[in-house]
Amino acid sequence: MKDKIAEKLLLFIAFSAILSLLLITFFIFQQGIPLIFKVGLSNFFSTHWAPTRGNFGILSMIIGSLMVTAGALVVGIPFGLACAIFLAEFSSPPIQKTLKPIIELLAGIPSVVYGFIGIVILVPFIREHFGGPGFSVLAASIILGIMILPTIVSISYDALLAVPNTYREGSYAVGATKWQTVVMLLLPAARSGIVAGIILGMGRAIGETMAVIMIAGNALKIPHSMLDSVRTLTSTLALELGYATGDHRAALFACGSFLFLIIILLNIIAIKITGRK
Amino acid sequence: MIKVSIKNLNLFYNKVQALKNISLDIEKNEILGVIGPANSGKSSLLRAINRLSENDYARLSGTIILDDTDIFTIPINDLRRRVGLIFATPVVLPGSIHKNMSYGPKLHRRFKGSELDEIIFNALSAANLWKEVKDRLKDSASTLSGGQQQRLCIARTLAMDPEVIMMDEPCSGLDPISTAKIEATMFELKEKYTFILVTNNTKQAARVANKTAFFLAGELIEIDKTEKIFTNPADSRTDGYIRGKFG
Amino acid sequence: MTFRIGPRTNQIIAYSILLLMTLITVVVLFFIIGYVFKNGIGQLSLEFLTDKTRDMGKEGGILPSILGTFFVTIFAIIIATPLGVGSAVYLVEYTKGGLIHRIISFGADCLAGVPSIIFGLFGFIFFVIKLNLGWSIISGGLTLAVMIIPTIIRTTEEAIKAVPHSFREISYSLGGGKLDTILKVVLPTSLPGILTGVILGIGRAVGETAAVIFTAGSSLGIPTSAFSSTRTLAVHFYILAREGISMPKAYATATVLIIIILLVNFIAYRLMHRFMAKYY
Repeated sequence: MKDKIAEKLLLFIAFSAILSLLLITFFIFQQGIPLIFKVGLSNFFSTHWAPTRGNFGILSMIIGSLMVTAGALVVGIPFGLACAIFLAEFSSPPIQKTLKPIIELLAGIPSVVYGFIGIVILVPFIREHFGGPGFSVLAASIILGIMILPTIVSISYDALLAVPNTYREGSYAVGATKWQTVVMLLLPAARSGIVAGIILGMGRAIGETMAVIMIAGNALKIPHSMLDSVRTLTSTLALELGYATGDHRAALFACGSFLFLIIILLNIIAIKITGRK
Repeated sequence: MIKVSIKNLNLFYNKVQALKNISLDIEKNEILGVIGPANSGKSSLLRAINRLSENDYARLSGTIILDDTDIFTIPINDLRRRVGLIFATPVVLPGSIHKNMSYGPKLHRRFKGSELDEIIFNALSAANLWKEVKDRLKDSASTLSGGQQQRLCIARTLAMDPEVIMMDEPCSGLDPISTAKIEATMFELKEKYTFILVTNNTKQAARVANKTAFFLAGELIEIDKTEKIFTNPADSRTDGYIRGKFG
Repeated sequence: MTFRIGPRTNQIIAYSILLLMTLITVVVLFFIIGYVFKNGIGQLSLEFLTDKTRDMGKEGGILPSILGTFFVTIFAIIIATPLGVGSAVYLVEYTKGGLIHRIISFGADCLAGVPSIIFGLFGFIFFVIKLNLGWSIISGGLTLAVMIIPTIIRTTEEAIKAVPHSFREISYSLGGGKLDTILKVVLPTSLPGILTGVILGIGRAVGETAAVIFTAGSSLGIPTSAFSSTRTLAVHFYILAREGISMPKAYATATVLIIIILLVNFIAYRLMHRFMAKYY
């Protein structure tokens, strides 16, 4: 009997994650979506954001988010893949054992610390060597690129390890070098895992907030170069939620709804690709 | 007196039929040897008798009677206490020897004072293991040798005060000396318990079993006194298996 | 004349580039930690850890933030651990693939990918406003709990899967029920793995800013009850750094933060390794 009760209780508990997800979806949409209907899509997707005066355009922030995310991928993908390939294929077990937790530690460092390092080192460096305010798309891209590294590395690494050893042996047997094996055999075989890792990294970059606020400058305009200041969707949320009321707060939730949709979409794609049960 | 009576037992895993219309009786205080090649249904028989097959999502028809009671009317925990099962590879639970021994008894009731220690002493003595472990009951069970671990598994089952003890190739991973010790233990314990011994070592069945059953592809080919099976079997397939023509 | 690079040379070049990029990554990590430590260790003192914060953080210590972080994190862990472990037990022990398994798994995977600012928005509207819990340790703790559930589910799931099936069979064959088996064999055996998940959850909670700043608030008082607003270390550090209140104090706070994170990761790593060495 107690077995039956335990099973029911556990089933209930097991729905906590999906239930939380539904609650989050419900409340964020409930707060935000009505405003979009009220002001119309053309207002919502315009470039004019002055929420206290009835202008709720988030386009420049969307562009800002896309730019820093693209920048982060440009930094994160090559380094992430390089680390994953080096770890999985070119290092001995003791080196793997040391390097992997070190790289994973990058994921544990709080985003405010990344932002801080950006402020005290990267921003002045960019200002002195490249010009502009320093608080820029470039600074945000580099910091975000580092932040998404662990995601890309660990998922790509797992994908490479999942390729059966017989593939490698077969390739060496016909005289291929390790590098040729990696390029011609392992990367294609691990493709789906690597793509999933990149997509999840992308999700992290779009969603990252604190580090971006600290180093992107947050100017409300569409940036024209990598050295311009930029404001993302997430920065707007974090900067204005503290004092927003009425339609302004609703607009922030609308903005959050849009962000949430993108993230869920990316998650679903990544889950589909890896095809986990 | 008949201890376990099986009638028209069929067992399916999905579409695969592992046991085909098995009927056999097991006398009290005897050792029934069950022999046959791999996948002949020997293990499935044991797993059906203590209803472990239900965990494998197996479908089952027919009746199994334990002391005049249908086993499907006995609460499953009681049934498994009364019908112990020893696996081919000794699996000790993580933790001390003492913890391994007390795990089963504690599942079924509470103990006062030294009652539990007495049960553990008796069970370990009966399994011929007490002398070897009496000073190291707090040690991790995984520090024992393979043969000792298997005797610990037997002792662990004895501690539950079972009526029937089923063994699924209990010596398959053991050296001859450990095997001899376990066979001697079974001999001594026969007075108190009923044994079903599945083995793919036909010589072991010849040594210890009173009766022997030969299984092939899920069917019971024949069951008879061990002497008869090994000297003058009724079925030519039994003869062929014992002589090593297949299996 | 064509210039061709042979496969062996190619391999050496590729190897060098990969090695270099990996080294750069590692150096970046050590640089970040080293840089913060270099500027912060000197500012650390017992007084800094045990003193009240004065003048918005320009003077005094970080005691309120240490307490705030501690309470919010403990609260989150107390809520999230039973939910996460329970979910994982259900996933591994009670579902065999199937629709329910897929739904629960999908929920955990998706929740893991939700950015912390979304948790902040949700916690703000749901816990702070709708449930009227205000900016408080409870609101912050609940928000963080939702955030770390997936971490605990995933780690516990792996740990429970690593418990050999034969252990369960032994327990059943000795007359143990499913619940007995889970409570007395499966969970004790997988405990180090489960603890790893919990500790990683602590790490996430301690380092989190966006999800707590709108739920726990940023009050600098010493918390007196679960309904007190509080400012966690990460939030305090963010405000110090962003508003340029005091660089020395910012470095010192960051140092404390990083020491905690390093400790958490080290313990989690050791536990997991001891556990995996045993059962994999």
